[in-house]
Amino acid sequence: MHIISAKGLTKDYGSLRAVDHIDFEIRKGESFGFLGPNGAGKTTVMGIIYCFMPPTSGAIKVFGMDVAEEPGKIKSRIGVMPQDDNLDPDLSVFENLIVYARYFDIPKKVSSALAWELLEFVDLREKAHAHIKNLSGGMKRRLLLARALINNPELLILDEPTVGLDPHGRRSVWERMDHLKSKGATLVLTTHYMEEAEKICDRVAIMDSGKIITIDSPSSLGAAHGGTLEDIYLKLTGRTLAD
Amino acid sequence: MQIKRAFRVWQRHAKVYTKLYKSSIALNFVEPILYLAALGLGLGAFVKEIRGVPYINFIAPGIIASSSMFAATYECSYGTFVRMTFQKTFDAILATPVNVDDLIAGELMWGATKSMLYGTIIMTVISLFGLVHSPLVVLVVPLLFMSGLIFAEISLMFVAIVPGIDSFNYFYTLLMTPMFLFSGIFFPIDTLPPVVSKIAFFTPLYHLVNICRSFASGMPSASVSDVAWVLIAAIVLAPYSFRLMRRRLIK
Repeated sequence: MHIISAKGLTKDYGSLRAVDHIDFEIRKGESFGFLGPNGAGKTTVMGIIYCFMPPTSGAIKVFGMDVAEEPGKIKSRIGVMPQDDNLDPDLSVFENLIVYARYFDIPKKVSSALAWELLEFVDLREKAHAHIKNLSGGMKRRLLLARALINNPELLILDEPTVGLDPHGRRSVWERMDHLKSKGATLVLTTHYMEEAEKICDRVAIMDSGKIITIDSPSSLGAAHGGTLEDIYLKLTGRTLAD
Repeated sequence: MQIKRAFRVWQRHAKVYTKLYKSSIALNFVEPILYLAALGLGLGAFVKEIRGVPYINFIAPGIIASSSMFAATYECSYGTFVRMTFQKTFDAILATPVNVDDLIAGELMWGATKSMLYGTIIMTVISLFGLVHSPLVVLVVPLLFMSGLIFAEISLMFVAIVPGIDSFNYFYTLLMTPMFLFSGIFFPIDTLPPVVSKIAFFTPLYHLVNICRSFASGMPSASVSDVAWVLIAAIVLAPYSFRLMRRRLIK
């Protein structure tokens, strides 16, 4: 069963075409990565999936529903970990989760228990009452992941989940993603780290200038093109290391 | 738009406000009291009275109106802009079942609530000073919500079109300050050339000042047309705030 299916998906910002007639399908339970240079259109595709911005043309269905028709229903089943930190700076770590849960109509009793569970999961339990400004970059990323899980989502969207993290921070986010994968969650992510894509993704779409160049599993890509995923990525996106 | 979802946004703002109010609430009341003291007592020593009313009693109801106005405009200009841009709070909210229209409605409701809250507190303070003639002034409270809605709507329209936060200087210098000075708070505007009254008729603060003054003096019937103006304007302006904000938020 496909959780997301897109056909001829196109997005224009004024005269700039950010996403250019792309087709893709994402299966339930798989981990799917969008790779590509900055400006390739990855974040825009993510935004369209979680109904943040409407496509200019083409069709996209999430859970079998049209993003234009049922954004509320779709979003109630998705968790989004954004690229930028958009935590509420005036609220504590714990309050960030509680207030976010309320947008999903999760009652306080339930969300409070859930928030503790999630803080445990991302190892932030002792930071529950800390100010957001006192968190390290890695802690903020982990809190954003916990927040994305507050509605127990069937589909998790991770836009550069480990951007700006040191190796420890990155590994700690990967461990959580592995755990979610093993529990059967569907993950859709963007990343610039080929190691991350190889480790997490069952399939990847390599994008450039708004188009998908190829979709395949990292291992089949390796078999077809030879070399590491990074070599293949550089070759397919027309960049060499000299650029 | 779903009221329940708009209310979630309202709840978020209320939560943040109740955490932070201690650091800002005092300041919000200092300014109106300063106006009352400086003009009411200082200028009042010379002006004595306007239309048979001691000067400080003349301006007191107008201060309720202006405090209420600034509470909504600050909230829905700087406040909304910061949430929308620097804090990216809107991005976070829009990734949940809350949609753009719910979010806009939540901002408006919160601005109106703050307007009502601040107006009511100043009303209480002024009443304690014995500057309000009639208890009928409490009937102004729900009207403060409606006028607050107008100020929130106007502010959001501005948020929707400004390129950056500095542009609010134009909003305050060219719109809010003139409205504050020429709405009849400090002197009856019919003493000025008729064109001023004509312009004032189109500003919400002028009508709110009339409402506060007539209710505070126990003659609510004198401002029936002002009440009608406020109710109609709150409804008529709403679609424009929604339309402009949608254009800004939906990429």
